[in-house]
Amino acid sequence: MARAFSIRRQRGFTAIAITCFFALYLPIAVLVFYSFNAGESLASFDGISLRWFTKAFQNQQVIDASIRSLQIASVAAVVATIAATMAALATTRTEPYRGLTLKYAFINQPLMIPEIVTAVALLIFFARIKIWTGYSGLGYLIAAHTAFCIPFAYLPIRARLENMDLTLEKAAADLYATPWNAFRYVTLPLLWPGILAGFMLAFVISLDDVVITEFVKSAGQDTLPTYMLGQIRRSITPEMNAISTLFLLLSICVVTVFFIVNRKRV
Amino acid sequence: MTDAAGTIEAEQNRNIRKRWLLSLPALLIILVAATGPLLIVLLYSFLAPGPYGDVQWLPSFDGWVGVFMEKDIFDGTFSLASAHVSIFMRSVMLSLVTTILTLLVGFPTAYFIATRPEKTRELWLFMITIPFWTNLLIRTFAILEVIRNEGLINGLLLKSGLIAKPIQMLFTDGAILTGMVYVYLPLMVLPLYASMEKLDFRLVEAGYDLYATPFRVLRKIIIPLVKPGIIAGSILVFIPALGAYVTPSILGGGKNMMLGNLIELQFGQGRNWPLGSALSITLMLIVMVALLVYVRNAGSQGSRHG
Repeated sequence: MARAFSIRRQRGFTAIAITCFFALYLPIAVLVFYSFNAGESLASFDGISLRWFTKAFQNQQVIDASIRSLQIASVAAVVATIAATMAALATTRTEPYRGLTLKYAFINQPLMIPEIVTAVALLIFFARIKIWTGYSGLGYLIAAHTAFCIPFAYLPIRARLENMDLTLEKAAADLYATPWNAFRYVTLPLLWPGILAGFMLAFVISLDDVVITEFVKSAGQDTLPTYMLGQIRRSITPEMNAISTLFLLLSICVVTVFFIVNRKRV
Repeated sequence: MTDAAGTIEAEQNRNIRKRWLLSLPALLIILVAATGPLLIVLLYSFLAPGPYGDVQWLPSFDGWVGVFMEKDIFDGTFSLASAHVSIFMRSVMLSLVTTILTLLVGFPTAYFIATRPEKTRELWLFMITIPFWTNLLIRTFAILEVIRNEGLINGLLLKSGLIAKPIQMLFTDGAILTGMVYVYLPLMVLPLYASMEKLDFRLVEAGYDLYATPFRVLRKIIIPLVKPGIIAGSILVFIPALGAYVTPSILGGGKNMMLGNLIELQFGQGRNWPLGSALSITLMLIVMVALLVYVRNAGSQGSRHG
């Protein structure tokens, strides 16, 4: 059958798009493929083996860094999501009021500033505080991660809220529900998918961060990405591929859940 | 003022106060751990460097002078800091070329996704979203694996006998460019897709009815309609590319620095915090100019359509 003329068709676009998808996935596929390499080098594939995964799981530094990453990401994502939910409730479904635009600008500010600048700023600021207080724990990293996670958590929550009108809450109030009960039994269940999406975004963003963590961390506070950065700069063994593959798997899981949660509302 | 009006106003004020209280935690966290410290960077850029990093509390313009000038150690005259100028130029050029290349590849890709049937469109979109949320470091590492001397391309070429010794691809500007295009491409595709999804194809049809060629339809109808997406995507790519740190430090090595690496150097081995601060503020200013252009364009776009 002859191809019908389609008004949507643009010459060459499909070819470019397919090449683009191919190019996006090829390096990742190579990376994953060679994590199963029995040999040492990329130049040759010497059969399938799990030795590099075993090695990664036995590497105490990798384990410590992973645990630290998860700790920071969990705390930062929870705090950021709570703060972002409150901020979203305060900035949607209202007549414009004085300071509203300022609030938007402020909450989205971490997205506008290059990460390296924020990293430098926090390095300077926290260095001072470390001298004043003597505290040098994970608190600094958690605070920094929470701050840059807030805009990411805020976006889906706000988007969700803007699609909800106030009628149900007003109905609840008419039936003598206290503001808290109206929130707890009406707003929160409706908002839940947005909150979940916001939390997952925040979690992934925190887990992936390299630059800010690299500048803020004290000695011995490597997260998995900063540990990997250090290793990649020194010498590369397929152990890095194995760690990357596992990391990738985690990201894909979170994104998949995010995608499903986010799509369902339509 | 009547009593009723007074009560309504009081009610409104209470509502606004409640809204401020609700947004307070988010605002405070961002103030303390993101925005506030930027002011300290500004302050530090006007202080003198300490001997082992940090600063001395003496006012000094050396940091700012050092952004573009360097002092001759022997006769104390100033000349243009050619190393810094070339890093600035390289950063801006690489970021611009990255933006253009991602646009050239991203536009057809976004168009392709937007014109898929409803059912498969989700899947294609998902395929773009995965790299979008995959760790940037891992994606840079993936490129490294492909282009380094012991990497995939050189390995294949060596084995096939086409070359006798590996081609040096790593630690070049081309490597940084490849890495940045690869890493930032999803940032271009997603906003482009968002505006193409809303594209009204009846307008395209009207164009064809009036005997326009496909290329003319693209140029006169599609591109003007998705311009907000083009601008948003370009900004989303240009800003992180300009401040890129991870990609150039892995793929560019020590010689092919970009601004992000130059800044890091001042806080590391360079031990010149005021210069590093001044460079950071300069980077931020360039980004702000780019954002202003964006806001002005987006603003005029909005007023034209509504």
